[in-house]
Amino acid sequence: MRYDVFCAGYGGQGVLLAGNLLSYAAIREGKNVSFFPAYGVEKRGGAAMCTVVFADGDTGSPVVGEPSVSVILNQLSFDKYAPKVKQGGSCLVNSSLVELAGVTLEGRELLAIPMNQIAIELGDVRMVNMVACGAYAAATGALSLESLQEALKDALPERNHKLIPAKIKAIEAGAAAVFSARKA
Amino acid sequence: MTALKRKFVKGNEAVAMAAIEAGVQCYFGYPITPQSDIPEYLSRELPKAGGTFIQVESEIGAINMVLGASACGVRAMTSSSGPGISLKQEGISYMAGSELPGVIVDIMRSGPGLGGIDASQAEYHQATKGGGHGGYRIIVLAPNSAQEMYDLTMLAFDLSDQYRMPAMVLADSVLGQMKESIVPNPRPTVNLPAKDWAVRGTGGGQQNVVKSLYLGDGEMEKFHWKMHARYQELADKESRWEEYQTADAELIVTAFGCTSRIARTAVEMARAEGIKVGLMRPITLFPFPKKAYADLSNRCKKWLTIELSTGQMVDDVRLAVARDAEVEFYGRPPGAGSLPTPEELFTQIKKFC
Repeated sequence: MRYDVFCAGYGGQGVLLAGNLLSYAAIREGKNVSFFPAYGVEKRGGAAMCTVVFADGDTGSPVVGEPSVSVILNQLSFDKYAPKVKQGGSCLVNSSLVELAGVTLEGRELLAIPMNQIAIELGDVRMVNMVACGAYAAATGALSLESLQEALKDALPERNHKLIPAKIKAIEAGAAAVFSARKA
Repeated sequence: MTALKRKFVKGNEAVAMAAIEAGVQCYFGYPITPQSDIPEYLSRELPKAGGTFIQVESEIGAINMVLGASACGVRAMTSSSGPGISLKQEGISYMAGSELPGVIVDIMRSGPGLGGIDASQAEYHQATKGGGHGGYRIIVLAPNSAQEMYDLTMLAFDLSDQYRMPAMVLADSVLGQMKESIVPNPRPTVNLPAKDWAVRGTGGGQQNVVKSLYLGDGEMEKFHWKMHARYQELADKESRWEEYQTADAELIVTAFGCTSRIARTAVEMARAEGIKVGLMRPITLFPFPKKAYADLSNRCKKWLTIELSTGQMVDDVRLAVARDAEVEFYGRPPGAGSLPTPEELFTQIKKFC
């Protein structure tokens, strides 16, 4: 099986850390992984994006034209990248920052999750990326929540390991939000 | 191959890790995106491994320090991109003329001039045809994964020592910046010739001279024929390539580096629709695996070369394949937004088959 996910937001939202966390979780599940970041000229407030591909066999192209799943954290990325999601795929959107009234994506699942709001309720808006990762795992079943939680140790530098319990809560909250979004 | 041993690293970091494992003693370089992770890693880790890291005042200084270290029998390397590699060409020519080993890593960025930092393959000609003056060639290896960034960097050191010529690892910014899990393989045991030509200044022994100046009647010509024979030996013994689904292919796509990864997924998409297409990926760009192309094209007559340029490797493909083979080309010249997707290459495959 081969999975691909495209993550996009603005610099500072932790899109690249989210991509790294998904990668480490996939490695923990014995997959081959390629993580392809946009790099170089990006900075806080600029565009940030990455593509993660993981598979039992070869990962193949690190570049994906039509992602099976996109995780979109801001309006600019939504406008630019949501239309590219593959038919039959899913688009997980941070509805705290993206206007979705009257918006549909024909042939694709649009999951509106108020990621900023969830992160703020847990005490820190900077955990928006963790909420997004939890939502991805729950929405796709491609990775287990346990692997994600374990992978925090790999993805975070030692000095930030004290934040792991809070991040686990954010991952769980993101997952729970998917279930309520699908029920709605 | 246990999960524990695997490391999740950037391609650039894999190059640096491999250099240390290969026993590089000296790194000389100057920062430039998208390869700066290499000097960054080595500035931190090479001194711990007993080596010397120097950030030189310029790329020209760096390549000439590689030349000097190599002349003394020391394993040395440099790395750069685009304009930095252009600056190094004079030094590489002197190394080739002096039969000196040494590894140069080129993480290609777009050009000409200052260009940009996006993935490019437009340095194929510069790398494989002798980028400096004098009609020389260097070994050119083209990885397509973080694992190969590691493995081929180690191989570059050994081939370079064995054949006494500079070796280049030619990659691009996708491969340099992308993170993948790699197994940091231990350095293989290779029987390399002793560097009895090196100038070590130990005194009392035979006098060695390292130079690229040949003024005597017939000396220079003799040197050229000697190197020509060495290039042929390289082609015979060291040509490397990878084939994927070529056995029954009616169209063979050929690409190197990151483009071969994108093409491979396009080939899988085509196979899923029953289109008989395969992939031929050269791993050594010099020596170009001519014989493998000739053999494959005796059976499969339709070829599609894909590059991140307006077409460079395609020249070598056309020279290597059988005369009645038809070689099409699809290129995306380097620059922001020009990286092709598998879907796009799949469309091209359908067009040509």
